Amino acid sequence: MTTATYQPEIKIKKKSNWTVSQIILVAVIFVFVLTCVMPFLNVIAISLSSKSAILRGDVSFWPVEFETKAYEILFADKSMVNCLFYTVQLTVIYTALAMVMTILMAYPLTKKRLVGRKFFSFLALFTMYFSGGTIPIYLNVKDFGLLDSMWSLIIPGLVSTYNMIIMKSFFASLPQELEEAATIDGANDFQILLQVFLPLSLASIATLTLFYAVGKWNSFADAKYYIQTKALQPLQLRLYNIIKGSTAVDVTAIEGNANSNAQNVSESIEAATIIFATLPILVVYPFVQRYFVSGVTIGAVKG
Amino acid sequence: MSTIKLLGKTLRRMARDWRLYLMLMIPVVWYLLFCYKPMIGVMIAFQKYSLVKGMWGSKFVGLDNFEFVMKLRDFPLALRNTLWLNLMGLVMGFPVPIILAIMLNEIRSKSVKRVSQTLLYLPHFLSWIIIGGMVLKIFAPTTGVVNATLLKWGLIDKNIPFLTDGPTWQLTYTLVGVWQNMGWGTILYLSAITGINMELFEAARIDGANKMQQIWHVTLPGIRSTIVVLLILNIGQMMNISFDRPYIMGNTLVQDYCDVLSTFVYRTGITNHKFDRATAIGLFQSVVGLILISGANFITNKLGEDGIW
Repeated sequence: MTTATYQPEIKIKKKSNWTVSQIILVAVIFVFVLTCVMPFLNVIAISLSSKSAILRGDVSFWPVEFETKAYEILFADKSMVNCLFYTVQLTVIYTALAMVMTILMAYPLTKKRLVGRKFFSFLALFTMYFSGGTIPIYLNVKDFGLLDSMWSLIIPGLVSTYNMIIMKSFFASLPQELEEAATIDGANDFQILLQVFLPLSLASIATLTLFYAVGKWNSFADAKYYIQTKALQPLQLRLYNIIKGSTAVDVTAIEGNANSNAQNVSESIEAATIIFATLPILVVYPFVQRYFVSGVTIGAVKG
Repeated sequence: MSTIKLLGKTLRRMARDWRLYLMLMIPVVWYLLFCYKPMIGVMIAFQKYSLVKGMWGSKFVGLDNFEFVMKLRDFPLALRNTLWLNLMGLVMGFPVPIILAIMLNEIRSKSVKRVSQTLLYLPHFLSWIIIGGMVLKIFAPTTGVVNATLLKWGLIDKNIPFLTDGPTWQLTYTLVGVWQNMGWGTILYLSAITGINMELFEAARIDGANKMQQIWHVTLPGIRSTIVVLLILNIGQMMNISFDRPYIMGNTLVQDYCDVLSTFVYRTGITNHKFDRATAIGLFQSVVGLILISGANFITNKLGEDGIW
């Protein structure tokens, strides 16, 4: 940062990246970074170690008595793989609908000429300060007959007002003369949104899509509240049930004999399930991270 | 006469924008049905609610539910734990991203900085179920890597009860939260640091300020408004606590220390079907929360900083 400065009067020669103080600084940061990496290494190691090694407390960051049994059992259990696909499906449907709703709300609210704009803005903003609370929302979902259906995980959270404000401030930052020009060319509001504003907003749309998608992928409470049927449980709820031991992975799917039941490998299966649920995030994370960073900055500055 | 003219003009303007209203209508209906309708639903907090009679047929009982709930042994515990865990999280967690942001900003090697940031942000993207699952493994007595390693090295002779002793559990809960947010929390500070006028650093350097003095006299004052706004907004969130995090990390051994308002509401309402009482707890929480958040926003606006909303 300091080296990039234009310095007309005094000449300071560009400092090396690796002075003593820099090395100390990087070492300190490295310790923080390690705390973010080591838990994963530990859980991966557990998932690949034998039960006796885990119970002896021998497993730290490297598998002991390496075995892949946990993963074999995990993947042999069809319902786990199905659960993964179901959660992907849920996330995609939710994200698409949420994005449409967010844009439909945000775009008209940027039009200063719109009569009642303040009222509609307030209608949305107020929900950030006050909500009915867990139980009235639960009873509302029940009233609509959505309990124990996939839609209970989609409809109640369709618009995040926070995301809507980010979208709105982005639309507002685009030159409004574009609208006048398009109107003169005979375009109506739908066409202006679809053909003028949306193509210019792809970066923000990508950001918000990711906000919604990661939020849905990671959501647990709504599923815990609304879903009973096992086939409708998304990944986080399944993971929770496995961690807290209320349902074991179906071990009989792979192990024929009755003796080698879930108990023998339960520690490593839990670890393997954690890795299984984390992997999709880890795969996309490096590519999407920068969108998140920009989204947070816009969200804080504007609004 | 002029009011009628004005009305006609307004109606004409509205008619011209009918497409915009059509767009708005869909999310607005959603807001009414899924945000505002539950707000009306809070009235069951003042009823002896019966699922059969519904919220329009149930008997009005005034503040009975509130009185009942306040007398429960679990309520003051849940309230105390909520406030205490949030306060510990704020005191221990708030300074960490600031320090980390300043350190990251001082790193000269671009690639080291980028890789560090990527890895530090990672915990923010994982669900609390995943993090909780890892925590339960890592801090488990005897088999968990932390206890096992410390025992092996002879640094301790019996397990540290990270998850099994109440106050220690609360510390574990807090530190995991600090860890989860430390990287992500740097983003706003880093962008605030970028906004500081470079000439100020120049001037400080010419005046002979060393690195620490530059940080103290230029960087920190430069991000002061960000710090103040985020601090006040955090204080505004004191009554809010997520459900996932205490629910996955808690266990029956530390029940009196891990039970918070969100888990208490869940247990009372959804598990035990005492909808009216659970709504009363939730309404109490919402109202106090509303006061705190409005207060926080009022103060940030008074200070002349832009509130986040």
